[in-house]
Amino acid sequence: MGSSPNSVLDEFRQGNPAAFETLFRDHQRTVYGWILRIVRNPAAAEDLTVETFWRIYRAHARIEPSRGFEGWARRIATHAALDWLRTVRPEDELPADLPSPIGADAAVSAEIRWKTTKAFGRLPPSLRIAALLTLIEEQPHKEVAAALGISVAAVKLRVYRALRLLRKDLVRQGITP
Amino acid sequence: MKPHDEDRIKRMLQEALPPIEDQVEPTRDLWPAVLRKLDQKSGAPPWFDLALAAGLLGLTAFFPASIPVLLYYL
Repeated sequence: MGSSPNSVLDEFRQGNPAAFETLFRDHQRTVYGWILRIVRNPAAAEDLTVETFWRIYRAHARIEPSRGFEGWARRIATHAALDWLRTVRPEDELPADLPSPIGADAAVSAEIRWKTTKAFGRLPPSLRIAALLTLIEEQPHKEVAAALGISVAAVKLRVYRALRLLRKDLVRQGITP
Repeated sequence: MKPHDEDRIKRMLQEALPPIEDQVEPTRDLWPAVLRKLDQKSGAPPWFDLALAAGLLGLTAFFPASIPVLLYYL
């Protein structure tokens, strides 16, 4: 298209479909990657990427070009992913056949990993999403707060509550962290 | 909860649910699916429009005297 990012955003704000396609092509990988970090299911992440861009198009008149596209899109994507987390049962998500991390501590047995995954899946979605992005994906608190539309203090509180609930659940399963 | 506990749980989580790689991308081009969704959703009237129409129909069926009032406000 050869136009500057701001002019693309201005055109998108007016509902120009070509500008929307340009934004989609430029940002679909980032949006998909962000959603995959939350839902950890490639097929669901693809569907949610489509859903996110549909929501983005519907909200085109509300974009503020001066604030950029990525943060806005990330916030919409986060809410789409959160909606998904709320509708699926814990055992349907977080597939158990996720690969082991390279260089994983051998002392952490498969059973502990499985129990940890299960305990994590039982957390309320709003706590799980904060813990996932902050503790596992190691995203800055500020970025997570912006994506969730809450304050940094609220993110820290959610992570703290998630850790407490996780600890309780693990102890109940016979694992002392 | 002690900071040591926090670190231990964080490590257990990362062992159980390894972070997603940076360079991930969808297995297919999602643009056609976005276009299909835009077409589908724009064609169907929103549920609240349908509910409002059903409510008005019910009102006029049970209370025909309300028809002139409704027409007045339309």
